[in-house]
Amino acid sequence: MTANSLRVLNPQSAWAAEDSAAPGAEKKKTKLVPVVRTSYLPERDADKTPILECIDLGISFGGLKAVDNFNLALGRTEIAGLIGPNGAGKTTIFNLLTKVYQPTHGTILLDGKDIAYSSTEQVNRAGIARTFQNIRLFHNQSVLDNVLIGLHNEMHYTMAEAVLRMPRYWKAEKVARERAMEYLSLFHLEEHADEPAGSLPYGAQRRLEIARALATNPSLLLLDEPAAGMNPSETAELMENIVRIRDTFQIAILLIEHDMNLVMNICEGIAVLNFGRIIAKGTPDDIRANPAVIEAYLGRKGAQKL
Amino acid sequence: MKKLSISKGTRSDLLTCAGVILAFVVVSALKANGGLNRSQAGMLVPVCCYIVMAVSLNLTVGILGDLSLGHAGFMSVGAFTGIITAMSLAEKIPSAPLRLALAMVVGAVFAAVIGFLIGIPVLRLSGDYLAIVTLAFGEIIKELITCLLVGVDERGLHVIFNFNGSRNANDLNLGAAGRVIVKGAQGATGTQTIATFTAGFILIMITLVVVQNLIRSRQGRAIMAVRDNRIAAEAVGISVTRYKMMAFVTSAALAGAAGALFGLNYSNLAATKFDFNTSILVLVFVVLGGLGNIRGSIIATVVLYILPEALRGFANYRMLIYAVVLIVVMLTTNNPVIKSYRDQWQQKLRREKGREANAA
Repeated sequence: MTANSLRVLNPQSAWAAEDSAAPGAEKKKTKLVPVVRTSYLPERDADKTPILECIDLGISFGGLKAVDNFNLALGRTEIAGLIGPNGAGKTTIFNLLTKVYQPTHGTILLDGKDIAYSSTEQVNRAGIARTFQNIRLFHNQSVLDNVLIGLHNEMHYTMAEAVLRMPRYWKAEKVARERAMEYLSLFHLEEHADEPAGSLPYGAQRRLEIARALATNPSLLLLDEPAAGMNPSETAELMENIVRIRDTFQIAILLIEHDMNLVMNICEGIAVLNFGRIIAKGTPDDIRANPAVIEAYLGRKGAQKL
Repeated sequence: MKKLSISKGTRSDLLTCAGVILAFVVVSALKANGGLNRSQAGMLVPVCCYIVMAVSLNLTVGILGDLSLGHAGFMSVGAFTGIITAMSLAEKIPSAPLRLALAMVVGAVFAAVIGFLIGIPVLRLSGDYLAIVTLAFGEIIKELITCLLVGVDERGLHVIFNFNGSRNANDLNLGAAGRVIVKGAQGATGTQTIATFTAGFILIMITLVVVQNLIRSRQGRAIMAVRDNRIAAEAVGISVTRYKMMAFVTSAALAGAAGALFGLNYSNLAATKFDFNTSILVLVFVVLGGLGNIRGSIIATVVLYILPEALRGFANYRMLIYAVVLIVVMLTTNNPVIKSYRDQWQQKLRREKGREANAA
């Protein structure tokens, strides 16, 4: 970190800055352009409705404002990162977006539609899929079945058709199995299809969870610490995978991650959260140079030492 | 890839069905040749009923993962609605098998409706709380049927409830040709026993088809997903309430059909037969056979139902031996040493199969 990159910037004006002098900029040249309500989108998505828009989102647990005044817009094919120290409220935001928690105030617009009255499963059907920080697979079921459960709403046959094994059942199951194997092969899991999900190594479980989430055909994928517990080579593969998923499925990805290498390399926009509030938003280069962010991570004294 | 058309699970299902058919053929042959004594022959229909009860309870406890202690309640709903149906249609439908089938359908439908109504409050709960509330509902159903007076005459069915003990069969105001079907605390009396072993066998087969095919469908996977991880199930777009209800109602309906068959096997049947003990008995079959293991439920039911009868020779020590057998089986099936041996063996099998596939 050079003294030059620590120059004091007004966070608001830091946005559109395309600082080609900063390290890493030659890898990904993303220009974030301003859109509605102090939010920014990648240039290529700017003319379309944001896939996700949070306006003044907040939740209080008793007197504690876990998340407050959270504003964010996500482009349709954007890879965005949500970072911040432990306990900043990152996972809480995922839980708000998937309606595990009911926000105390604010609006969430998914593809322009308010999801205030949707339940978790309706939000998923509307297009948000997620993974969990502490992996939540169906451990006793096979790897293939986990993805088939993800494909649940992609299959259409009634219980009667299932019990009587009508043609629609066979057809839907066959198609679903083929699709599930395709999702598994994306993550090199097809050889483990018949094994119980719980018997997979940790990294493979994380990949399976992403495969299961993708199977629900989302337009926005939320990844909660996808690289946690992975070694550097697994993380490198994961990074490739995330970019490939975005390119293949043309979806938006919002991820929480502590691995700064991953975040800085693949995210186009980053929001930094501390004590439930956004303290900075911008491209990786902006964030890297933002004194408020450095202070949040290292403390005031640590920031001064740099 | 061609082998996928009959998956491992389906093969196991078919094996279970084949076993049941084989057992039916053998027992029928024995029965026809006089190989069974009176008490043994008398056990055939109840065994069938309890098998259906165990398999259906396994759907709630093993597949859905909710401990229900009121399963006998659904059985009694099925039993009494079935008896009332069969008895009131005695003149209109002379064919006994047809009447029996109709009684079982009516029993299943009523039990399903009651299951749905009970499911609305019960399925909001989980764990111990759910178990206690299902227990309470089971008792409520039993008490309600104990108050029930039903008669039939040329004008149709007469139904009254005797809540404060002041009313009796005369209050039904039956016509001259009328007869009482259900007499409050005495239960159903003078029922024509039209239940047959064949009907029991057919009911078991229907139950197996329903439960096994349900498990291997998207609905069944959704039910098991809710059991394994509710939050993850919701996150992949599965409606938890819907699939909990689907499993619970299906389970209740099958119990109702079993109840109807059971009811029509006895000329006298009181509601107290379907008390807490019966629910626990069926639960023991399920737990002993293995949660989620349909074939295990069937085997456990047959063994545990026949065991007390087979132990008659031991007179007073009968129940003691029964209890000891239960404990021993529980300990051995849950023994970590035996489990690890079994897992190793299965892994070895899988590896060998993989090698064969690679060689081919």
